[in-house]
Amino acid sequence: MAEVKKMATRDAYGQALAELGEEHENLVVFEADLAAATKTGVFRKKFPERHFECGIAEGNMMAVAAGASTMGLVPFASSFAMFAAGRAFEQVRNSIGYPHMNVKIGATHGGISVGEDGASHQCCEDFALMRSIPGMVVLCPSDAVEARAAVRAAYEYVGPVYLRFGRLAIPVFHDEGMSFEIGKGETLAEGDDVAIIATGLMVYEALQAAEQLKAGGINARVINMCTIKPLDTELVLKAARECGKIVTAEEHSIIGGLGEAVCAAVAESGIPCKVKRVGVNDEFGHSGPAVPLLKQFGLSAENIAEKAKVLVK
Amino acid sequence: MTYEENMDLQRKAVKVRMGIIEGTHAAKAGHPGGSLSAADMLTYLYFKELNVDPKDPKNPDRDRFVLSKGHTAPGLYAALALRGFFSWEDLKTLRQIGSHLQGHPNMNLTPGVDMSTGSLGQGVSAAAGMALAAKHMGNECRVYTLLGDGEIEEGQVWEAFMLAANYKLDNFVAIIDKNGLQIDGPTAEVMDSGDIAAKLRAFGFEVEEINGHDFDAIEAAFNKAKETKGKPFGIVMHTVKGLGVSYMENSVDWHGKAPNDAEYETAMNELNAKLAKLEAM
Repeated sequence: MAEVKKMATRDAYGQALAELGEEHENLVVFEADLAAATKTGVFRKKFPERHFECGIAEGNMMAVAAGASTMGLVPFASSFAMFAAGRAFEQVRNSIGYPHMNVKIGATHGGISVGEDGASHQCCEDFALMRSIPGMVVLCPSDAVEARAAVRAAYEYVGPVYLRFGRLAIPVFHDEGMSFEIGKGETLAEGDDVAIIATGLMVYEALQAAEQLKAGGINARVINMCTIKPLDTELVLKAARECGKIVTAEEHSIIGGLGEAVCAAVAESGIPCKVKRVGVNDEFGHSGPAVPLLKQFGLSAENIAEKAKVLVK
Repeated sequence: MTYEENMDLQRKAVKVRMGIIEGTHAAKAGHPGGSLSAADMLTYLYFKELNVDPKDPKNPDRDRFVLSKGHTAPGLYAALALRGFFSWEDLKTLRQIGSHLQGHPNMNLTPGVDMSTGSLGQGVSAAAGMALAAKHMGNECRVYTLLGDGEIEEGQVWEAFMLAANYKLDNFVAIIDKNGLQIDGPTAEVMDSGDIAAKLRAFGFEVEEINGHDFDAIEAAFNKAKETKGKPFGIVMHTVKGLGVSYMENSVDWHGKAPNDAEYETAMNELNAKLAKLEAM
């Protein structure tokens, strides 16, 4: 098998902004001194007059972007997930969410895979924070192709959108030109023994887990849930009904993320279905290279497969 | 301005103050003190300064006003109602279920409100974003924002000021209502902000310090703001919290408390007497 192409979703974000910038003059970018890391620098190079540096002041940046959106611009405000969703939470809530501004929050460096920078920068709480804001769309693309599609969909959607991207280069498995719709999950593999519902870089791990499970005679369905909110409840409940067992997988705390959203949907439906969550188990991360860190925190195909086996047994 | 114009603004400001009392009395809640200190400025903005049209409140070329000290919404609502953005009677629905007049301004419910505010320190950033966008888009509108002197304790305010100077937003005017009082007491005791004008200058603003109850001074400051190029403009206006209602003046107790029926009578009697006097002049 040929080597799988790898690319970080943050790189795709930068590319997508530069592409969309060609098409839409009202697309502007706000940045808080991290353009090289968030990759909005790619956009800046092409459209310096539409890239507004706000300095290291993320809360201010979010409200500035909100004000700019009222004038008819479509701002993408970028920072690391920790600061975009964490530090600036209340500005996002009150100045973007409450007035339902047409602002897109491009948050890179989500999750444990930030790696060496350690726990202070490894945001595993952003889904929980952003999901709790009424009207906020929350997206977490699984590879570079989907990331580009998600950025385009976010631009076209009128209202606030939170996009989470990663620092780590991860396999690109979607075909160019994939169709993407906010609020729709994507079934990547069919199976009725167990369903794995994953988001972000855990989707590729879920596909690997399904391969491992197949070797042991277990047919796993794999669902890519790029849209954390609004959740594709229909697809989740279909999986619950047809498989009766679900494993969720996300590079996020098991508190407040995709896993809890799936649990809530299943529990309220009354469909008998067991759920196990793979995620960060209510603990802080630490420094280290991203790939072994992910394994250490159980964010791996092996752990997903193990959880699935426990359910199927 | 002419003597007649000045007198007319004074009469309108008394009516705005009446609207503040009507609203907070009916709501049995709200913030009269800081609404009254800003009543003259709000009157000037909506009757003389802002290029706005109540019949076309969403006109893209209009001037913008952001009430960063959003808790003084009763003052903004009274000015908007008097200017004709909605009915004066609506003021009596303040803070009630189903009313478009929320406890803090909501741009999606109330005609004429340009930004939802209430969480201190955020409106000024949104206003700076509007001014930045206006410059980028070649929109010649001007953007005004009103802050409290307690509000400037929020660090975000200074982040916004830094940004306004960095981008040379000479279409941006930040007005600070220095009434000297905040919920927990005098600002000088709670968190002394020192020389606000000097701080603004140090942040790259052109600044005027004025009596916020003097319409000629307000006019002169705004004229200077329009002449100032390459820099944002700051107005530090010295005001009396609660001005116009004797028992509310300079009283920290009236920051966020509504007048009861007897207090309402007293306040309206005082304001009516003031209006009668101004109308006789």
